[in-house]
Order: sequence, then structure tokens, then C-alpha cells
Amino acid sequence: MNLDLKNYTLFLADNALILGQRLGEWCGHGPVLEQDIALTNISLDHLGQSRMLLQYAAKQVGNGATEDSLAFFRNEGEFRNLLITELPNNDWAYTLAKHFLFDTFNFFQYEFLMNSKDETIQAIARKAIKEIAYHAQFSAEWIIRMGDGTEESHQRVQNAIDELWMYTGEMFVADSSSEAMTKAAVAPDYALLKEQWQEKVSQVLEIATLVKPEEGWMQKGGREGKHTEHMGYILAEMQHLPRTYPTAKW
Amino acid sequence: MQVLNLESANRTLEQVSDPEIPVLTIADLGIIRDVKTEGRWVEVTITPTYSGCPAMDTIEADIRTALKEAGWDEVKVKTVLDPPWTTDWMSIDGRRKLEEYGIAAPMDGTADKRILFGKAVEVRCPRCKSIHTQRISQFGSTPCKALYQCSSCLEPFDYFKCI
Repeated sequence: MNLDLKNYTLFLADNALILGQRLGEWCGHGPVLEQDIALTNISLDHLGQSRMLLQYAAKQVGNGATEDSLAFFRNEGEFRNLLITELPNNDWAYTLAKHFLFDTFNFFQYEFLMNSKDETIQAIARKAIKEIAYHAQFSAEWIIRMGDGTEESHQRVQNAIDELWMYTGEMFVADSSSEAMTKAAVAPDYALLKEQWQEKVSQVLEIATLVKPEEGWMQKGGREGKHTEHMGYILAEMQHLPRTYPTAKW
Repeated sequence: MQVLNLESANRTLEQVSDPEIPVLTIADLGIIRDVKTEGRWVEVTITPTYSGCPAMDTIEADIRTALKEAGWDEVKVKTVLDPPWTTDWMSIDGRRKLEEYGIAAPMDGTADKRILFGKAVEVRCPRCKSIHTQRISQFGSTPCKALYQCSSCLEPFDYFKCI
């Protein structure tokens, strides 16, 4: 088994899984029906992508592992998702700001993965990029609508961007497994993605009349399994049923 | 009992419909990538429309049922991701059936593969055929659809997204 490939596959899978699970909390709570449907559709895309990636990770883990055992029976320290994906949704502005910052990163990440040297990751990326491009467009449009909207929407989305900024640093700092995958041309060079991300984010914030936060201290840890206090709660909600009734069937 | 060969397997598959949009068969949708047969054994390769599309599991089950009923002893359904499904694979007949059903078909050559404020696509109202329509939401009742409204006849309708 290639440990680095397994860890890297889980990094991609866990980002999609945790973000999808978190976004699903909006189901039935959207401000209007159309946006409720939009968020649940995006959530479904993420869960679909995470299933394909977890199936691939399960093959590498072996020992009878399945997509379900990886999703429902791993503990907090074994999840490799970025911290930004596990943060609570808070209000509409905060949720969309979170997605805008992540989606933009995700788009450039998957754009590279479409030519990954790993055939399975490449195939998944070629499928997922169409959905991810749609997500990036959706969240960017909302940042512009809110930023260039009312005084209140402007203030709320500016506060959200300011608060979330410290969670964007770890997107571009690779752990040892990601680094090994970058060398093998399986994964992008994360430090290089930063430039593309900065450019797109600056461009959208400017149209949205929002101020881009200054570079400062950044949170990190997700890639190595060190999570925020929010992670335990989201796992408890996602995992309690299969853990309580391990033989339960849908 | 009908003869079991590649041709009859294809005929059976042509009758399996999409669970969400029953006017379309899975052949219309273009999700069947390959069919192989040997004796009483058949293998069907399909590709998902959207990665999280819940209809895929139902489609797989429907394929099995249809082929078993047609007399095949062993049915295998395989999924491939690459090359990824695109609306370009939807048949002309499928597009016509969609529009008659009240869903605007994906537009040829105007795929909305745009990111961050790309050019808007022209979508024709399936009811009055007006091209004066507006997008209400990029997302609709299923992953493959967006919500539109006609500015001429005011009818709200689904648009089958181009990907």
C-alpha cells in the first residue's frame, strides 16, 4: 500500500464529505426555496464526489474497508479535511463566504487533478470539475451580490471574510503525504496554487466592494488530523446512527 | 423466450427509463457506454450524470431487473467515470421528448461551462418557445436541472443544464 496516496485520497475525500455534511444542515432552512434547493444540490455533489474518493481510498486501505467504514467508523484524528470545511454555517453570508474561499481553491486544485498521474484521481477529477466550476460560480456571485448589496449584507459578508481568512492559509501548506504526491505529479504544488487563488479571490472581492484582509497568522492542522472543536460534533451527528446500529440498512 | 444476443440486450436497455424524467430512456440520456454479451451473461457499462445523482442506484437496479426479465442469467453493471458524461451525448430524440415534457433541453454549442460571470446561455421556453427567459436559480429539483421562468408567457420551467 502507498501510504502517501492513501492519505492524499483521504484528504480529498474528507474535504468533500465534511463540507457536504455541513452544508446539508441548510436543508429546510434556506432563506427561500430556490436557495434551499441550491445548497442541498451542492451538498449532494460533494457527497457524490466523496463517495467516489472513499471507494478508492477503501481499496488502498484494504482489510475489508468500505466507503461506509471510512466515513462512519473513523475517529476525529483520522480525518484529514481542511479546518474551513468543518466550521459551522452561521448565517447566509458566513456560509457563502466559507464556500467562496474553499470553492475557488477547490476549482484550481481539481483543474490540476484532471491531469493527475494517478488514473483514478484523474477520472474522478474530470467528472467533478464540471460540478466544482458550477459551485465556484454560485458562491462568487453571492459574494458580489451581498458585498455590493445593502449596508447590512455588505457588513455581514465583510465580517465573515475577515473571520474566515485565517483558515485559508492551510490550503497552500502541504503535509508530507501531499508533498510526496506533488513530487509524483499526482497532486498540484499547493504553494503554487496560492497565486491563482489570490488573483481570483482579489478580483471577486473588488467587484463586491469588499476589503481583502491582510496576510496574518494562519490556523492549521486539518491535513494532519488536528481539528477545531466543531469537528467532534459534526462527526457525532454524522456517525451516531451507524455506530449505534452497525447493521442498519438504508 | 427471445434470443439472447447483443442486439436483444440493447433492445431491452432501450426500454429502461430514467426514474426522475420518465419520458427519457437511459439510451436517450447517453449514459450507456458499453454492452458486452457472452452466452447467457451480459455486462453493461454506465457512466453517472452527476457524481451525487441518487437516480444512478435506481437506474442500476432497473437495468438488472429488465435484463433478468428478458432471460439473462448473469447481469453485471459496471460504472466508469472517464470520459465524463456530457449533455452532448443526449440523443436528438431525447431532446425533443424533453421539450415536449416541459423541460428545456440543453442547448447545443452553448454549454454553460462558464465560471464566475460567464456569458449567459439562451434558453427557449418549452411552452411558448420564446427566447425571452430568465434564470431563477442555477439549481433545480434534481442535480441536472436549473430553474427558469419565461418572460413572455410567465411559465416557470426546468432547464436541463449543459455540462
